[in-house]
Amino acid sequence: MIESPSGFWGPVVWIIAAIVALLIAYFIQRRGEKAYKKGVQSETFLMGNPKLSEGETHVKAHNIYWGFFEGLKKYYVPTITAHTGIINDHLIWLIAGIAIVMIILFVAGGI
Amino acid sequence: MAALITHSPILIIAIPLLAAFLTLPIGMASKKARNALLIVSLAFVTFLVIILARDISINGIHIYTLGATSPELTLPGGAMVPIRIILEVDAMSIFMGIIWATVSLAAAIFSLSHMASETGQNRFYTLLLLMVTGGFGMMFTGDLFNLFVFLEIASISGAALIAFRTRFADAVEGGFKYIVISAVAGLIFLFGVGLLYAQYNSLNIGFLANAMQYSTLDIIALTLFLVALTIKTGMVPLHMWYPDSYTVAPANITAMLVITSHACMYAVFRICFSLYGITLDATTVGWIIVIIGLLTMFVGVTMAVFQTDVMRFMSYHAISQMGYMWMGVGVGLAVLGNPEALATYGRDAISGGIFHILNHAMYKPLLFMTAGALFHRTGTRDLNKMGGLGHNMKFTLILYIIGTLSIAGIPPLNGFASKFLIYESVYQFNPVLAVVAMLVSIITLASFTKAFQSAFTGPQLPEYKDVKEVPKPMLIGMGILAAGIIFTSIFPGLIVERIVNPATDALINQAAYVNGIMGGGMP
Repeated sequence: MIESPSGFWGPVVWIIAAIVALLIAYFIQRRGEKAYKKGVQSETFLMGNPKLSEGETHVKAHNIYWGFFEGLKKYYVPTITAHTGIINDHLIWLIAGIAIVMIILFVAGGI
Repeated sequence: MAALITHSPILIIAIPLLAAFLTLPIGMASKKARNALLIVSLAFVTFLVIILARDISINGIHIYTLGATSPELTLPGGAMVPIRIILEVDAMSIFMGIIWATVSLAAAIFSLSHMASETGQNRFYTLLLLMVTGGFGMMFTGDLFNLFVFLEIASISGAALIAFRTRFADAVEGGFKYIVISAVAGLIFLFGVGLLYAQYNSLNIGFLANAMQYSTLDIIALTLFLVALTIKTGMVPLHMWYPDSYTVAPANITAMLVITSHACMYAVFRICFSLYGITLDATTVGWIIVIIGLLTMFVGVTMAVFQTDVMRFMSYHAISQMGYMWMGVGVGLAVLGNPEALATYGRDAISGGIFHILNHAMYKPLLFMTAGALFHRTGTRDLNKMGGLGHNMKFTLILYIIGTLSIAGIPPLNGFASKFLIYESVYQFNPVLAVVAMLVSIITLASFTKAFQSAFTGPQLPEYKDVKEVPKPMLIGMGILAAGIIFTSIFPGLIVERIVNPATDALINQAAYVNGIMGGGMP
């Protein structure tokens, strides 16, 4: 158990609670539909269209969260543009970093 | 055993160094003997780290003066200035040492299979052991110039290891970027060391801390140290080289490179707390570290979620997670001059940050290794080309899930325990910081779900129908780290009490660090 300024964390208590929750979920699942036939109801149905091949039904990584990236385009376009991959640019950031930190420390120190 | 403990700081550095140079001739004679030398030397170093950690927990700071009649004799013949090379290992140094020893051993075991088909393995293991030497040296040295030397050893060997698979053009490019950034950062660091040496005529951290005046030159030196180590750690906005280099290295090397980034972060903390300490404008420097941490967390995770290269994806997450550590320790530093705030939440914030270093050092190398396992079997890092691998790579799948739940801070995994400490303590300093930290955790979970869905779930793709689970040494390497995650998850209180809090106290207690040297070695 670890204590923070306003609480505590005990993983053993959490694990016991999780086991109880899982047992309840299992109990509910056991009381479910008895007539379910595996492999029949779970078949893909695409509005009567022919079934796609296995590779075609898998959602590719670049399609996931497409809406998220579209919604945050104003953030993503300049951020990705800044990642040029050119080492000269990385070193310019380094020089700018030195200048900014030095100015802050000098101003804060009253020098 | 007493002699072994006494000499353990130098043995921990010297054994991998000696093994590095023995690897070449032994490897030419027998591949098995070379592999045995690699594993036995790293296992023995891990053993030495453990007995040294135990000794430090009982007797406090361990000083080792090279060339002195007695290892504890830092000021021979009543001298006022420590003149020899001195290793100063306190609870914070050994905390980092435990991490480095464990990850190096796991990465070495993993590499036995992962690198089995590569040519030039003798050179590979020589470089790996040199990087281990550099890492331990950075963690144990009590001297700024030696910190620079060991940083260079780790950087040069790291660059060669990144570019090791020269048949990939991007590996050579990644190695080139790493060596340029490391060389520039190293020279900037060395310039800062020169400024302090010119003023105080010493390179010893304890001596310098005792003499520190926080003059204009000291502020310039601090700036150079901070920025040089910030870029080496890979913090935003100086992180852009990081994914380009870490993505293309062999997965086991990337796992070790993450810990060398931690070693650079450790150097930042050591310089702020132990070298400048009470003379520092702690509030300003603390806020600088907090803001860098905040930016790193957010930019790192939002860039990670966008990636489709599994190693690049992992690299951005490694950047993002280091933001948590900087934020936690930065908050502690910002309230260093306020004893009430330090006691109420500052110490817990530092403990949270340090605990997160330990957790990150287990789940991130594990995740890099699972990405390496995917590459090992599919020959691609592109998540768009993967799918359904969970059907045949069940152990890798389980290990990936353990790593994912941990990095996302899902209870009861260890990532949650350290994030819990950070959230609660940082909230008292500034609630906005805690809110951003929690938001970053949510995006982390979302992005790992994306990678999980892309690589492991879905129907078996025709091209991967015959894919097999990775070889046993790779599973053992990953298993060591997963076992560490599970142990830390179940017993966080034990870890915090025995390892993390002593490291935090060692960092805060500048007087003890200085006295280790200026007291002539007497604690």
